[in-house]
Amino acid sequence: MNKNDPLLEVQNLKTYFNLRGSILRKHSKYVKAVDTISVTVRSQETVAVVGESGCGKTTLARTILLLTHPTAGSIMLLGREGVKSKEFYRNVQMVFQDPDSSLDPTMKIRDIIAEPLKGLSNLTQKEIESRVLKSLEEVALNSDVLDRVPRQLSGGQKQRINIARAIVTEPKLVILDEPTSALDASVQAQILNLLLDLQTQHGLSYLIITHNIAVAEYLSDRIYVMYAGRIVEQGPTEVVIRKPRHPYTIALLASAPIPDPKRKNLLNVEIVGEPPSSINPPSGCRFHPRCPYSEEICSIKEPDLDPLSQDRFVACHFVNKTA
Amino acid sequence: MSENETRRFLKLLFTSNEAKLGLVIVLVFLATALLVAIAGKSILPYNPIQQNVGPVLAAPSLQHLFGTDNLGRDVFSRIVFATPNALIVSVTVIASAFVVGIFLGCVAGFWSGILDEILMRTTDVIFAVPALILAMSIAVILGPGLINMMYALMIIWWPPYARLARGEALRVSQRNFIEVAKTSGIKTLTILRRHIIPNILSPLLAYATLDIGTVVVVYAGLSYLGLSVQPPTPDWGGMVSSYQDYLVSAPWLPLFPAAIIAAVVIGFSLLGNGLRDAIESRNIS
Amino acid sequence: MKEGSILTENVLTVENLSIDYESNRGPVHALDSVSIGIQPRSLTAIVGESGCGKTSLGLGVIGLLPMPPVKNITGKVWYKKVNLLDLDKEEIRRYRGTEIAMIFQEPITSLNPVYKVGQQIEEAIAIRDSRATHKNTDANDRRSEIIESLNRVRIPDAENVANRYPFELSGGMRQRIMIAMALAQKPSLLIADEPTTALDVTTQAQVLKLMRNLMNEVNTSILLITHDLAVASQVADKVAVMYGGQIVEEAEVNELFSAPSHPYTQGLLACIPTGSKAKARLKPIQGNVLDLKQTVNYCKFAPRCPHVMDKCWESKPDLRTVEGEHKAACYLNE
Repeated sequence: MNKNDPLLEVQNLKTYFNLRGSILRKHSKYVKAVDTISVTVRSQETVAVVGESGCGKTTLARTILLLTHPTAGSIMLLGREGVKSKEFYRNVQMVFQDPDSSLDPTMKIRDIIAEPLKGLSNLTQKEIESRVLKSLEEVALNSDVLDRVPRQLSGGQKQRINIARAIVTEPKLVILDEPTSALDASVQAQILNLLLDLQTQHGLSYLIITHNIAVAEYLSDRIYVMYAGRIVEQGPTEVVIRKPRHPYTIALLASAPIPDPKRKNLLNVEIVGEPPSSINPPSGCRFHPRCPYSEEICSIKEPDLDPLSQDRFVACHFVNKTA
Repeated sequence: MSENETRRFLKLLFTSNEAKLGLVIVLVFLATALLVAIAGKSILPYNPIQQNVGPVLAAPSLQHLFGTDNLGRDVFSRIVFATPNALIVSVTVIASAFVVGIFLGCVAGFWSGILDEILMRTTDVIFAVPALILAMSIAVILGPGLINMMYALMIIWWPPYARLARGEALRVSQRNFIEVAKTSGIKTLTILRRHIIPNILSPLLAYATLDIGTVVVVYAGLSYLGLSVQPPTPDWGGMVSSYQDYLVSAPWLPLFPAAIIAAVVIGFSLLGNGLRDAIESRNIS
Repeated sequence: MKEGSILTENVLTVENLSIDYESNRGPVHALDSVSIGIQPRSLTAIVGESGCGKTSLGLGVIGLLPMPPVKNITGKVWYKKVNLLDLDKEEIRRYRGTEIAMIFQEPITSLNPVYKVGQQIEEAIAIRDSRATHKNTDANDRRSEIIESLNRVRIPDAENVANRYPFELSGGMRQRIMIAMALAQKPSLLIADEPTTALDVTTQAQVLKLMRNLMNEVNTSILLITHDLAVASQVADKVAVMYGGQIVEEAEVNELFSAPSHPYTQGLLACIPTGSKAKARLKPIQGNVLDLKQTVNYCKFAPRCPHVMDKCWESKPDLRTVEGEHKAACYLNE
């Protein structure tokens, strides 16, 4: 596979949840967690999906992994339709949010890392052991953690184990959901560097889901900004961060604290309101109640994701106002 | 657990004096039951069934530690001889409730949906009727006797285990490592066996330990009502029943069996509490 | 420590505060002789990673650390000429909520789920009034004050919100209500322990901006505890960096970022991703976070310090002045 060939292609994905009561009561409301989203990840590139809580980014990740059933749309991996199969999961793995919850407290580390090999391949016990050791080395951990249980490890070590497990089948794509949010600053830096090194060594692609703009900017080549189940802006990371065009992206970037007291961006932020409920999103453009540029049409018609330039898309009726 | 962990866990378990006391009582109970079950009447000071081994209604003395009853039988031998019954019934009932409960609870908690509904409503129905009454009704239908008594108790004892297992299975199913197992190609049954069950065992075991005492008490109650072994075979609850008329004239007769029942229940409670506390503090630290 | 003028100037003066915890693996030295002063109408940020002792400092000052597992507390905490550590439980309770207020990371656990929001604010006001004037104010006055306090924290539609239960509101709203309740008492000091860590980025910006603005309106100082240096750079006047239970550097915010003098501070700043991977690779601090159970007689950062010298292993450096108000605990500066 060549660099920049499409690896993952998600088209018009919808994941709606029916709010079920028990068998005895049924609701007729839907949570439109993912509402027509298209994302592409190419070979050896890092794509970030950025958004705040409730925007649907975790549901997006889980749907791509086929853990949640998509309501509509297509997921293509390596040119083939994504189905729950050993081959699919050998190629796509995920590092979940919360390193604690991702490790079975009753299992030894060696078994945790070996699990994907046991379930997805036909390797012998010896081969599995050597792959586990290799994985451990690659995440810079000593082999004496193999016989420990998760409780005995630090936050940084746990996340390394999660990464070791995710790469042990030598996947092409690793999806990372908030990979460093639960970690201290110094540990976060170590993990970010580790991710970069692994990418170079193995030719990996990453799909990173995060609310942390700084991490997204550091790691990714392309960025998608998600709001209330939809993509509102996408493009090359450098371009989008330098000159955001969607009013939400502008507000989001303006809210991310810059570590420089001489550039006080936080105190000049003008964003109002809160992210909307996923059950009853606002009509028309979902950002319109909070948008300083909104006009009447914004509450009536949802804007399409229109191209601004090659590889740069924005969903806004009045994108000219932010030029 | 590694050796170091086990040692620390045991140290935690026995920091409290209550837990130590509980352990002592439980060990005495278990040892007695096993000895009697293996060696039989020969290790007892007197034949528990034989009448007139001593004077009738004699107060406790060195020859008869717990005195004698209205037929001249040695009370101490009778009480000790009845120990295996209590152990067999409680262990069997708890074990079956444990296994059935885990199985049903896991199915309901992991798969949810209609299986969960069925389980919940069934346990609701069983909970609606007081345990003792339910056990009595079943025992009356089946007829008296130790085995039938066990069946009756086994039928009604599993719901709390199923509910507990279900709740824990639900909680564990939400954890990310279950998703990890799914994306690792692990089959559903294997997920249950390898991931769900080991993670729900701790709270269930703690509950079961506390629960043994309850079985002993309920069994004693049923045997008091005459639904278990029939005289002259000694049985703690049955002894309380047959000696209750002597409460004023020969108080040792009903009081010793009652005290032994209480002691066993308390012992398991204390041990169960200690176990639960030790598990909790291990999870915290 | 100079008494007299500094004590009367500062809202709070912490003097050599040390706190030990009992754990089942031996004593943990959570705080090691920490001294810091908080000026009136200023925002001081205590920054550090997990285990550095910043939460122990915040809770310890106001006596909120439970006595087991806390074993020893030594030192002094001066608040308006009173040593808070000398007070008994009853006495210090009177300071809490009235003079010194606190808000925590998870507002959902701080708010009572079975009472409406308005009722909870009302309770805060009623306590304040009865403590201050020893009589109860009129219900109408309290009602209008509730609405006023919700408006002050920029909650839209205050009348409506006052009638809601906490679970009906978003995280950002709940945190604002916590701020409203804390400030209803008109405290001189507000201690905020990671108040925005659980919030979204945009909500965090709103809440921090609010806290900063309210400081002047209500004439209160803020002690902000956070792990996020970037947040500190945006809202703090003074920053104190903690490591291993000690303050390792303390400076006015511009000073700290332009001329960090302690290698740990320098390391932390180098860890913050700014810009893309292509431009500058992060330089993480080598080694692992300190084990607080060990009592050591050398600089706690020595095992991880890129500039470590022999002297650093012989004795512990004190927090000494580098220049003006800028202090650092490092032999490199001597």
